[in-house]
Formats: sequence, structure tokens, C-alpha cells
Amino acid sequence: MLDDFLVRAALAGFGLSIATGPLGAFVVWRRLAYFGDATAHAAILGVALALIFSLPISLGTLLVALAMAGAISWMMAQGQSPDSGLGVLSFGALATGLVAISFVPDVRVDLSAYLFGDILTVTRSDLLLIWGGAGLVAAVIAWRWSKLLLSTLSPDLAAASGVHPNRESLVITVAIALVVAVSLKVVGALLVSAMLIIPATAARRVSSSPVQMVVASVLVSWAASGAGLWASLRLDTPAGPSIIVAAALIFVLTTGYRTFRNQSV
Amino acid sequence: MTLIEANGLTVRHGTQTVLDRVNMSVAPGEIVTIVGPNGSGKTSLLRALLGLTPSKGKVTRKAGLVVGYVPQKLALDPTLPLPVRTFLNLPKAHTADQIAAMLDRVGVPGIEARQVQDLSGGQLQRVLLARALLEHPDILILDEPTQGLDQMGEAGFYRLIEDVRRETGVAVLMVSHDLHVVMSASDRVICLNGHICCEGKPHVVQNAPEYRALFGHGTQGALALYQHAHDHDHDNGCGHEHSHDHHHNAPKDEVEHAG
Repeated sequence: MLDDFLVRAALAGFGLSIATGPLGAFVVWRRLAYFGDATAHAAILGVALALIFSLPISLGTLLVALAMAGAISWMMAQGQSPDSGLGVLSFGALATGLVAISFVPDVRVDLSAYLFGDILTVTRSDLLLIWGGAGLVAAVIAWRWSKLLLSTLSPDLAAASGVHPNRESLVITVAIALVVAVSLKVVGALLVSAMLIIPATAARRVSSSPVQMVVASVLVSWAASGAGLWASLRLDTPAGPSIIVAAALIFVLTTGYRTFRNQSV
Repeated sequence: MTLIEANGLTVRHGTQTVLDRVNMSVAPGEIVTIVGPNGSGKTSLLRALLGLTPSKGKVTRKAGLVVGYVPQKLALDPTLPLPVRTFLNLPKAHTADQIAAMLDRVGVPGIEARQVQDLSGGQLQRVLLARALLEHPDILILDEPTQGLDQMGEAGFYRLIEDVRRETGVAVLMVSHDLHVVMSASDRVICLNGHICCEGKPHVVQNAPEYRALFGHGTQGALALYQHAHDHDHDNGCGHEHSHDHHHNAPKDEVEHAG
């Protein structure tokens, strides 16, 4: 069954969703949308370095994404306005990566595969990596759930209860870098943070507790992955962007549902 | 034996010294209130005691001390749906019965399923108190707990704190500027203005010249709005110098001047 490229693609999307659902909720709650974007852009630089030094692509992206996430965290801890600084780091890393890839000798690099993903060519070992990385992220979030949630809603309350809010921030930071590394193949560097933000935001409209929002976010991701792949097959559209379009449409639907429900009350 | 003790506690924000070598402690079961004008370092003192802000000097906590912290406000992100029940289960889970009983105790029964964002100021303060009390704290630390409440609400809240102390023996350290209300509920009042101006029983502090210098005369402290410079006048009756780490013979035996 795993021989079918479409089954592998669907499994890749579903696997990634078990991490992007819960992590995306924390990204939205902590207002880290731009942070996720910058980390994902840095992944292109990771691809370039991996090609140049003949390292596995996922290792290169993970290392550079971690370095980027660390740099941004450090910058934010210095109390600098994250907005413009994030922009400099984000686009600096993206452009440097694009330039660096052009220096890679003898290789015809399919750049769009890294920018927008190439879910239809996912291999068995890719699947292992995606499910392993996503499963790890989901497990860590489940394990530290209370501490992460309390640190998110009030670092002061967390610290007074003996939780270290900085440690929990680090957990989220590393998780974002890990998700960026494993999702490059699925949706690509430019759309990774869309996969984090859009399902979680759509889920917010229909949720009244944090757990509900995480579950709904995973369900939205699954539906978007399925619908995006279906559309890609039927309409011959690029798979990664199609998944994000499907997620955005679900967001419109849940927003409409919320508005309708509020008006009819 | 004290629960929490500060020795020579100094806090700086940038180049500005907010707290200058403060010595204080809280004993078990005691209600201590810190009063002082805006910018006098009240919140900084609490935050330093809680370890939320970098400070110099020494903070000693009893081993295994459980602190129940009630912050001034809770800035919730609207993207985070948060029922009261979920909030009360952070960081440790409690049974539904424990939660129901505690909400009842603090005067907001049956609101488990309400969203925290939808609560009124008074309800939120009581929910924050409930969350702190569910941890069975040795000491409650409250930062301006009645901000945004009307006078009836204030009085009710302080009565609740006194009742809880009587029932559980919890110590209470709180910051306030609603002086006239808070005074009656306190065992000890610390008058703060970057340093400790004076401390003692409420009626003694109210009559202390340092307190009068900060909060005005003859108003029982109700005119707390009066802003003043750090070099306030100590000559009227007390006359101690601003040197530190020493004690005077206080004009009244219960007033301790710890400059």
C-alpha cells in the first residue's frame, strides 16, 4: 500500500498535522507567527549548506532552523522590537539561502520543491522522518502540557508556581525548528508557518477550551491535507499550496459559522 | 521562624534605584500590607520576593514554601479559549469537587464553564484567589488585588482574605493603595517609598510622621493620591537620617524605622 505515491503523500500530511495542530495553537497563543516564518525561511539556507557540505537535507535545515530560532530568542530577550529585527533575520536568511544554492556545483536543484514542498514525491524514509519528528513534537507537548499552557497565559503565574517560563519557551522554539525541518518536503519553506497558523486560527472559532482547539486544529489540518491532495490530483495544481488553500477555505467556513451563530443568538 | 525574608534587597530598573536595601519578613499566619504612593516600589518588592525580577541582596524562603500568587491583572490573549475550570487546573489538576467547593468558598459558585475572558473584574480576582488557594499555600501574595473593584467590592474582598486566613492559617502579603480599607484587615503595615519608611500595627503607622508625610494629615490615609519626591521631609517629629542597616529608638515602641 505504501507503494502508492498518493497514500504516502496523505500519510505525510496526516503525520505532519499531529505536530502542527498542537504546536500551531501555541504559535497562535504566543503570537509567534512571524517567528515561525523566519525560522522556516532560514531552512532554505540550511538546504544550501547541506548541499554544499553533502549533508542530509533534513539535518542541514534542522541545524540552521535551530540557529535561527536561537538568534531570534536571544534578540527578543534583549528587549529589541521583534518586528523589524525578525524581518531582517527572516529575509536575510532566505535571500542568503537562495544565493548560496546558486553556488552548489553540478547539481540542478529544484528550488521550488524546497520553497513550496513536493509532497507527491515523499519516500518511505521521508515518512519515517516526518512521523518520527512530528510524533516527538506532539509527545513533548502532551508531556509538558500544563507547564506550557500556564507559561503561555502568564509567565509570572508560572514562575510563582515553580514552573520555568523560559524553559517552556525554549521547548516551543526547538519544536518549531524541528517541525520546520520535517515539513520542508510537505509544504515547503514559504508555507510551513501557514500550516501552523491557519488550522489553529480556524479551530479557534469553534473551540471553547485549549484542548478542544488543539484537537480541532489537527482535524482541520487532516481535512486540508486530504482536500488539498484531492484537488492537486483532480485539477493538477501544486500539492503544497493546494493544502494551504484548503486550510484557508476551512478558516473562511469556520469564521462564517461563528458569525452566523453569534448573529442568530 | 519566618516564611519569607528579604535582607538588603535592592532593585534597579536601568539606572534608577527602585528599592534600596529593604529588610522585611513575613511570619506564618500574619497579614502584612505594603502601602506607598505610585512608583514607590511596591510591586517591585513583591516581584523580587517572588523571584520574578532580578534583584541584589538576599531573599530567604522557608524550605518547601508554597506561594499562592494573585497578580494585579491577567492579560489573556483572545486567541486562547480558557474556561475557568481549565485555568484552576494549572499547573496541577484538582477534582471537580475541590474546584466547586473552592469557587463556592470565594463567592463565585458554579462558574466552572465560563470563559475567563468573560468574567467581571471582581469575579476574575476571586477566581485568581481560588486558583492560588487550591495549591494550599503557606503564604498568599496579592498585588493590588482590588484594583477595578468598587468600595463595596473592596471591603468584601478583604473580608474574604481575613476569613480565609482565619480558616487556613495562611500568611498574607499584599500591596495596596486603598489605605483606609486595607488597614483594618492587616496585622502589620509596611510603608514603602523606595525604602521602608516605617512599619508596625496599622493605627501606629497611621500616626507615624513618615506615613503622614507620604499620605497627608488627618485623612486616615484616604488621600493617597499625593505624589511626592524621594526627598520627603522627615524632620517633623521623627528626625532620623537616611542611613541604613540600623535601628532607632522609635518614638512609639511598635514603630520600627528601617530607613
